[in-house]
Amino acid sequence: MLLQAQNITKTYPGADGPVDVLRGVSFDLDAGETLALTGESGSGKSTLLHLVGGLDGVSGGAIILDGLDIGTLNDAGCARLRRDKVGVIFQQFNLIPSLRVVDNIAFQSRIAGREDAARSADLADRMGLTPHLTKYPEQLSGGQQQRVAIARTLAAQPRLVLADEPTGNLDEETADNVLDLMVDLTTGSGASLLMVTHSERLAARMSRRLHLRAGRVA
Amino acid sequence: MTGAVLRALLSHWWRNPLQLFTLLAGLALATALWSGVQAINSEARASYDAAAATLGEGQFDQIVASNGGPIRQETYVTLRRSGWLVSPVIEGRLNGQRIVGIDPLTAPGGLGPVQLEEGADLTGFVVGQGQLYAQAATFEALGPTDAAQIIAADAAPGTVLTDIGVAQRLLAKQGQIDRLIVAPSQPISQSALPPNLTVQAAQSGSDVGRLTDSFHLNLTAFGFLSFAVGIFIVNGAIGLAFEQRRSVVRTMRALGVPLTKLITLMCVELMAMALIAGTIGVALGYLIAATLLPDVAATLRGLYGADVAGTLQIRPAWWLSGLAIALGGTAIAATAALWKLARMPLLAAAQPRAWAMSRTGIWQAAAAIALLVTSLILGLTGTGIVAGFGLLATLLIGAALALPLILAAILSVGAKLAKGPLAQWFWADTRQQLPGLSLALMALLLAMSANVGVSTMVSSFRLTFVGFLDQVLNAELYVYTTDQAQTDTLLTIANRDAQAVLPLMSTDRTIADMPAELFSARDTQTYRDNWQFLQSVPDVWDVLAAREGVLINEQLFRRADLPLGSIITVADGVQLPVIGIYGDYGNPIGQAIITEDLFVDLYPEIQPSRFGLRLDPLGVPAMRDTLIAAGIPEANMINQAGIKAFSLDVFDRTFTVTTALNILTLAVAGFAILMSLLTLAALRVPQLAPVWALGLTRRQLGWLELTRAVLLAVLTAAVALPLGLVLAWALLAVVNVEAFGWKLPMYFFPMDYARLGLFALVAAAIAAAWPAWRLARTPPADLLKVFSNER
Repeated sequence: MLLQAQNITKTYPGADGPVDVLRGVSFDLDAGETLALTGESGSGKSTLLHLVGGLDGVSGGAIILDGLDIGTLNDAGCARLRRDKVGVIFQQFNLIPSLRVVDNIAFQSRIAGREDAARSADLADRMGLTPHLTKYPEQLSGGQQQRVAIARTLAAQPRLVLADEPTGNLDEETADNVLDLMVDLTTGSGASLLMVTHSERLAARMSRRLHLRAGRVA
Repeated sequence: MTGAVLRALLSHWWRNPLQLFTLLAGLALATALWSGVQAINSEARASYDAAAATLGEGQFDQIVASNGGPIRQETYVTLRRSGWLVSPVIEGRLNGQRIVGIDPLTAPGGLGPVQLEEGADLTGFVVGQGQLYAQAATFEALGPTDAAQIIAADAAPGTVLTDIGVAQRLLAKQGQIDRLIVAPSQPISQSALPPNLTVQAAQSGSDVGRLTDSFHLNLTAFGFLSFAVGIFIVNGAIGLAFEQRRSVVRTMRALGVPLTKLITLMCVELMAMALIAGTIGVALGYLIAATLLPDVAATLRGLYGADVAGTLQIRPAWWLSGLAIALGGTAIAATAALWKLARMPLLAAAQPRAWAMSRTGIWQAAAAIALLVTSLILGLTGTGIVAGFGLLATLLIGAALALPLILAAILSVGAKLAKGPLAQWFWADTRQQLPGLSLALMALLLAMSANVGVSTMVSSFRLTFVGFLDQVLNAELYVYTTDQAQTDTLLTIANRDAQAVLPLMSTDRTIADMPAELFSARDTQTYRDNWQFLQSVPDVWDVLAAREGVLINEQLFRRADLPLGSIITVADGVQLPVIGIYGDYGNPIGQAIITEDLFVDLYPEIQPSRFGLRLDPLGVPAMRDTLIAAGIPEANMINQAGIKAFSLDVFDRTFTVTTALNILTLAVAGFAILMSLLTLAALRVPQLAPVWALGLTRRQLGWLELTRAVLLAVLTAAVALPLGLVLAWALLAVVNVEAFGWKLPMYFFPMDYARLGLFALVAAAIAAAWPAWRLARTPPADLLKVFSNER
């Protein structure tokens, strides 16, 4: 078992008192498995993704990733976890604007100490980014930037890919192609994919689906 | 990982070269102004130390003539024979260089050129045409001499050391001695000193160094102010850069870069930049110092008699302090930004320019009020020079912190009063730009208020000083005599040809436990007509003439706390009340005046050897000719016009450096505005694009940007004027009193302020012109990008 989420709760302080975003969510994910995380806006999908990625701390429950309880890690430990085991594809791309596309793609693999220039070049090629390698992010369209973000994550070969609406800015055909690529590259190397999506069509292409409603598994 | 992260961090500067330039230039300018001042101070102090080391200045007791004139060589011989272990010294100037003659055989140990201390060729020093010891530059200025010129790198700048006989020959002062150095250990029994000689006690440390401390303190304070203005630029550049990198930092942390590593690397990055900018700054500082040093040297020589090298040496102390302050300034400027980054939650939403716009306003207001209240308390109750500078610092920083809040309040009122949508948008948009421009405006406020304050002080000082010169230099010709025969000759001629003769007698004595000079004053109409008192009893001159009181200078009044009516001892067993207090600008020590008759009775051994002669100004040349013909050397005469011109020249040179630093500080503030506007220009596009889309042309937008900058400069100038006047008051009534012992009246110079205001407006307009021109030429495609929904 790669990932185990046990009775996760998450509460944020709000203007009218504490807000319970997640209310006891449990699930698990095997190595090589793909899981679609669906639900309405505000159901807690992105929050759950952030907790699994060690980007935020749980209020209750436990997340075990590759045998490691994320809740016991300090800031440096969480950073190491994200560097070594997890790759996050953000909804807003979060590229580094001052680096060229080629360096953005290689960035995470470089900080993880796993840089593989051939793999980065191959990914860029398969994502249709080769003509844009020397450009800066601001010179790309939204769809192109999203593909750079996906390539950056996959180039680092994480054990678990967490993707927040990774194809939201792509047309249907490109989205299908990119998703195929993501699934191939993650599951092909024994990694897992946890993807947040509103698209029924894309969710259907994952091996399993977890639907959240008001902070609970529906 | 380190390489990848560092590369990503540095790439920000590569993509934002203007920001990098702002940061480096701001820091370099700040360091330049600071290290320039430090270089000047360092050079001056090294000169004082060299003079003290080679000439023994301040180290030994000295015997001088009571009338300030020369001592006869026979007197020296008599003193030696009667048991005094003294060594003669003669001084004078030749081709602008200071010639000092000593007697190496009798001089106390440690005095004289290094070569002699080591037992080198003593014979060559005293025999034949002799030898001169000086720095190469000094010999260059001196020109060829018949005595051998030996270069001594450790000699005091502008000073030539030689045997007394050689010096007497070079200076044409055969048989004369200026002072006698008293050896530290003397025989048990000695004869009493003749009445026309007096002993001046040795002082700890270099006397001239202490005298000039206040001058250097003022320079340092101004250097620090300039540095503070530069640091505002650095703070702005770092704040903006860190704000723009917030999302990048968040991304890198999300991708697995530990926060500690990020902060460490950002510190390393900043420190590297600080070192680069610091090095550039130190080099610029060297240029500034080299440009200003000749004026400073002339000032110190004229004002304090201190010789300072006119050329600059690269001394480790100041360039190291320049680099240190560049590093320190960067650290101060970056601390808040780094702290915010370190505390930033990983998943917080981006809040553009929240660094400048958020709740910090409340804290800023609280800090401003606290600082201004502190300055008020210091102004009312503080004593000492540290409290004086504390008052200036809290006042300036408090006002700077209050400025954005004051401007925001004014702009809010403007927005409420505005009619029409464009005017409403303009006022509201100007208020929105305030956080991004506030640091530059603070820098402008500091520079302008410093300018108003310092120029008011200097101009007030000058007006007072001119009046003071008219008061003290009331005789048309001053003459000193070296013996009784000359005195008799002078008095015969003067009593016949002059309107009045004012003999000047004085003696050193301790008054109220402080070293002071006691002077005599003849009861003449001249004094009654010309002297202005700060405080006096009615009919003060009549009371003085009746031997019923004493006049004291302001320094004695303040330092010894001697108000009118205080009783002071003017001679053993003779006490008199203080009946008048007069301004005595430029004199470092206390002074008291009693009527001439009383002085003669109390100190019969002192004979007048200095005289002021009241003459028709047109008759001065004739009187000089008559006196010269009667055997009084021309060198013994000084005319009033010459002294006044010299004094005013010294005065004006004193403030040349201050004026130069003032202009440089204003230029730095103008640069701060330019850089702030340029860096904000990129952020402005999303704010301006909707207005453009709604119908305003790019040209109109450019003009509005220009108007906005000028408006903010006008408002800042309006705040700077009262602040500058308060600053001037603090300098005149607090710092001057503590540093020099006198309080100066404050005058206002509206035309100067108007000119400064105009200068600030022009500077702001010039600074805003380029960003406005760029905005007016922004391609529509760039404006359209704002509306793109692709992001």
